[in-house]
Amino acid sequence: MMLPYFIIIPLLAAFLITLIGGKRDIWGIALSMIATAALLIMSLVSFLQLRGETIVYEMGNWQLPLGIALVMDSLSGFMLIIVSLVALTSVVYSIQYVRHLGQDFKYYALFMFMLTGMNGVILTGDIFNLFVFMEIALFAAFALVAYGCRAEEYEAAFKYAIMGAVSSTLILIGIGVLYSATSTLTMARIAQAIPGLPSQIVLWIGGLFLAGFGLKAAAMPFHAWLPDAHSSAPAPISSMLSGVLIKVLGIYAIIRLFFNVFDAPSAFLTIFIVIGSASILISGFLAIIQWDFKRLLAYSSISQIGYILLGMGLATPLAILGAVFHLFNHAIFKSLLFYDAGSVELALGTRDLQKLGKLGKLLPVTSGTSIIASLAISGIPPFNGFFSKLIIILAAIAAGQPVLALLAILGSILTLAAVMKIQRYGLRQDVDVAPVEKIGLGMNIAMILLAVICIVGGLLIAPGIREVALDPVVNVILEKAEYVQMVLGR
Amino acid sequence: MTVYLLCFALFLVGLYGVLAKRDLIKIILSIGIMGYAANLFLILFGYKRGATFPILTGANPGPMVDPLPQALVLTSIVIELGTTALLVALVVRLFQKYGTFDIAKIRRLRG
Repeated sequence: MMLPYFIIIPLLAAFLITLIGGKRDIWGIALSMIATAALLIMSLVSFLQLRGETIVYEMGNWQLPLGIALVMDSLSGFMLIIVSLVALTSVVYSIQYVRHLGQDFKYYALFMFMLTGMNGVILTGDIFNLFVFMEIALFAAFALVAYGCRAEEYEAAFKYAIMGAVSSTLILIGIGVLYSATSTLTMARIAQAIPGLPSQIVLWIGGLFLAGFGLKAAAMPFHAWLPDAHSSAPAPISSMLSGVLIKVLGIYAIIRLFFNVFDAPSAFLTIFIVIGSASILISGFLAIIQWDFKRLLAYSSISQIGYILLGMGLATPLAILGAVFHLFNHAIFKSLLFYDAGSVELALGTRDLQKLGKLGKLLPVTSGTSIIASLAISGIPPFNGFFSKLIIILAAIAAGQPVLALLAILGSILTLAAVMKIQRYGLRQDVDVAPVEKIGLGMNIAMILLAVICIVGGLLIAPGIREVALDPVVNVILEKAEYVQMVLGR
Repeated sequence: MTVYLLCFALFLVGLYGVLAKRDLIKIILSIGIMGYAANLFLILFGYKRGATFPILTGANPGPMVDPLPQALVLTSIVIELGTTALLVALVVRLFQKYGTFDIAKIRRLRG
C-alpha cells in the first residue's frame, strides 16, 4: 500500500531536516530533493496504475465507520502529480534563492511540512482529518511567507494568518453542523446521508464551507489577503502558494465537498459562476494597474482561479474537463512566472517594473521562459493555456451561456495586456541595467523544466493521452454515486 | 435553543472584534473568542441533558453524551494554540519593525 507514504515521506523529511540540519543547509537540500523526487515518481506511478479505480486505505486497520480512511481516486492522483511536480522544481529553484536570504535548514523543514499538509488534504477521506491537514499546510505557509524577515513580509503574513484563522473557524463550525446532521465524519457516508436531509441544512453547511474554502481559494470577494501574501513570500514559496496551495486547500476541497459529497446543488453552481466571472473580470483589471512584478502575477492568479470556478459552475462534462485541465496548466505557468519574477528580483535587487530594463542578453533563460509562460497564460496557441481556455469557452457556448463565453474571452485579453506589460516594461524596456547577482544553474533548470511542460502540456488533451490523463478525473468529479460505492462498498 | 443563540452571540463578538478593532492584540484575542465559540458549538452538538460520560462501567449505563465532538474539540484547541502562538510571534516582530500595535499605521502594502 503506497497511500500513507505520500504523507509519511515529507513528514519524515521535515523531522530529519530539523534533527540533523545543523547550521548549514546541505542536509535540508539533499533530504527535500530526495523526498520531492520520490513523491513525484510515486505519484506518477500510482496515477498510471490507478486506471480510474479507487484505492482505500484504512489507517491503523480500523474499519470504515470507526476509523479514518485515506482515499485515492483519479482526482487525488492528478492533484498529487501537480503538487509533487511544482514542489520538486521549487526545491531545485530554492537552493540559490534561499541562500540569498541566509543559509538555513528551517526553510526546507517548513517546506516539507507544507507538502505534508497538502498531500494529506488531497488523500484523506475524512472531513475533520481534512481540516487538520489543512491547518498543518497553512501554519507552514504563514511562517514561509514571513521567511524573508522584512517588515512587509510580517505584515503580509499577519494578514494571511488572520484570514486563515477566520476561515478555519467557519469551516470548523460547518463540520460541526454537518456532523450533527449526519452523525458521521467520513465523506462517503456523509454523501450517502445528504439526500435524506432537508435542503435548507445543505444550504447552510454549503454556505459555511463556501465562505471558508473560498477564502483559502481567494476567489473574488475573499481575495484581499492573496496579493499581499503571494507577493511578499520568497519566490519559490510564491510559486507554491499560487501554483498549488490555493488549488489544493481551496479548489480541490470545494470540488470534493460540493461535487462528490453534496452532489452539486444548482444554487451553488450559480454562485460558482458568479464568483468566477467576478474574479476573472475585476482582478483582470486590477492586475493591469500593478507596477510590482509579483503583485501583478498574484492578481492574475485570482483571475485564473476564476476560470476554474467558471468551468466548475457550468458543470457539463466539457466544462469540468476544461476546469481540470486549466488547474494543471495554471499550476505550471504561474509557477514559472513567479520563478522568472524571483530571478529578476535576485539579479537586479528590485521587482518594480519601472526600474527594470533590457534583460534579454543579461538573463536569457529568464526572458525566454517568461515569454513562453506569458503566451501560455494569455491563451495563445500552441501553448497549454490556449487549449484549456478554449475548452472552457466552448463549454460556455455549448451550455447556452454566450455571455459567459464572451466574458472569458475578455478576461483572456485582460491577461494578455497584463503579461505584455511585464514583457514591455519588465524585460524589454530600453534601459541598460547592471546585475547584482548571477542566476545559477539550479534556478535555470527549474525554469526550463516548467517551460518545456508549458509547451508539451497541450498534448494532455490529444486523443489517446486524454483518455488516460484527464477523462478519469472528470468522471470522478461527475459520478457521485461511484465515489460512495468505491469507498464504502467493497 | 437559547444556548445555541448565546453561543452564536459569542461568535459574533469575536467576529466584531476582528473586523472593527485596530489593536493587533485585541484582534488576536477576538480570533481566540471565535475559536471558543466554535468549540462550544461542537460540544453542544454532542451534549445530552442528564446523560453520563461515555465510558462503559456497568451493564446498563443509560444515555451517554457523544464523545466524538469532545475529541474533535481537543484537536481544535491544540490547533488554536498553534494559531495564537504564531500570531503573537508575528505581532512581536511587527512591533519591532513598526513600533506600533495600531493596524491602521501598519500599511506598507498597497494596491
